[in-house]
Amino acid sequence: MREVLADLSLVAAKDLRIEFRSRVLANQVAPFALLVLVLFGVALDADQRTLRSFAPGLFWVAVLLCALLAVQRSVAVERADDAVVGLRLSGMSPAALFLGKATAVLVQLLVLEVLLTGGIIVLYRSSVEDVALLVLTGLAAGVAVAAAGTLYGAMAAGLGVSETLLPILLLPVLAPVLIGATRAFDDALGAAAVDGWAWLVLLAGLAVVLTLVGALAYRVLVED
Amino acid sequence: MDIMATESRITTGSRGTRLLGLAALAGVLALLVFAFVLTDPDVRTHPTSGEEFGQFDAVRLLYLHVPMAILTYAAYALCAAASAGYLLRRTPWWDVTAHAAAEVGTLACALVLVTGSIWGRPVWNTWWEWGDVRLMTTLLLFLLFLGYLALRRAAVDPESAARPAAVVALVAVLDIPLVNRSVEWWENRTLHQKSTLTELKIEDLTLFTLVLGIVVFGLVVTWLLLHRFRVGWLERAEVTHGIDRAIAERRGVASTTGVDSTVGQTREES
Repeated sequence: MREVLADLSLVAAKDLRIEFRSRVLANQVAPFALLVLVLFGVALDADQRTLRSFAPGLFWVAVLLCALLAVQRSVAVERADDAVVGLRLSGMSPAALFLGKATAVLVQLLVLEVLLTGGIIVLYRSSVEDVALLVLTGLAAGVAVAAAGTLYGAMAAGLGVSETLLPILLLPVLAPVLIGATRAFDDALGAAAVDGWAWLVLLAGLAVVLTLVGALAYRVLVED
Repeated sequence: MDIMATESRITTGSRGTRLLGLAALAGVLALLVFAFVLTDPDVRTHPTSGEEFGQFDAVRLLYLHVPMAILTYAAYALCAAASAGYLLRRTPWWDVTAHAAAEVGTLACALVLVTGSIWGRPVWNTWWEWGDVRLMTTLLLFLLFLGYLALRRAAVDPESAARPAAVVALVAVLDIPLVNRSVEWWENRTLHQKSTLTELKIEDLTLFTLVLGIVVFGLVVTWLLLHRFRVGWLERAEVTHGIDRAIAERRGVASTTGVDSTVGQTREES
């Protein structure tokens, strides 16, 4: 277990270091996230009441779109110079490899979520009514998205057409996460009268299941 | 692969599938008679106002819709079982079976969505109901398997798609219990009725036609599955055969020029 954690942090630190040096998240994905928020605003005719009530859904759609970019980046890092072969030969367990890559994606997603939360507060005039629910939902949904994204990213990567294949594979799997996270945010942002904590339980369940499935299935995908 | 030996007459038909196909065809004709001639439209009369209500002729669509829904589950369950089989055994038989089942299942699932939508327009007064959990979960199931088929098509070599496809299928079928149980679990979030088959709420001839529909479309789907499996198997054989033929041709060239027939040696090299 300790070995898995050590390997996990090695892989995650490696991916985050590459990200910190290349600044793809800061220079490309983060501006894209804000752009999506602005486009929603333009498409919905900048009607403040509509924007405010739809803010939770728009927020999570923006997160999913950004997650696609983050996952593709995570896959591209391993594809360059066949780096993935080196990782496989390093003797790390596939589960640790998976958890490390997913953790790096999660950290990036959390940064984007903070940025997007600021975005909807400023642009859509959303107000946070339950901070604990907001934070826990962001974390649980982030784990679920990062786990599923890392698993499906690895699948699509092996076939060489990951850019077009990843969205159609990943987004239907994440639909339940989108529903749960939107409902929980509805409550946390006071956009609709729902029991957000019940939806948070569902999200936490999804996060655990997707992480377990990913850790088990990754072995099947990377073995050769 | 001796199936490739008779190259001049490659067919996916056999005596068994021809008989099955004929039985399915006869069954479809019988079902048409039952569905459109012998059974009555669903017309009920309100006890106080005397007004007529019900599904009228739209009920006939259910003789296709309900069997296809059951066969979608069956095909996808077969796909999941074959995918698990592939991960355990790693033989092409399991992989080709999973691919065939997924493709036929997706066809059935598309028919479920289309016939349901056409039926819903007169009966529920809407083509699509966003709040209905069963509609949503069925549509998701369809999209999950569209992704599965996209993954299959994306691979140049069928072998390389086998492992990821098996994982995708095993994750996707987790949606089936949701689709099936959604009507019971979220009673207030669906326009779908609870299972009428198990509670025997429908009349004898209607019930008979529905069961006949399940049997007949079961035959049709089995026929499609067998043929799709054989096409898949031939595709695999073609890949292997192509490599064998290329090697043989190369050896042929080498032997006519009287040099050692080592694979990889070209005329120029010799």
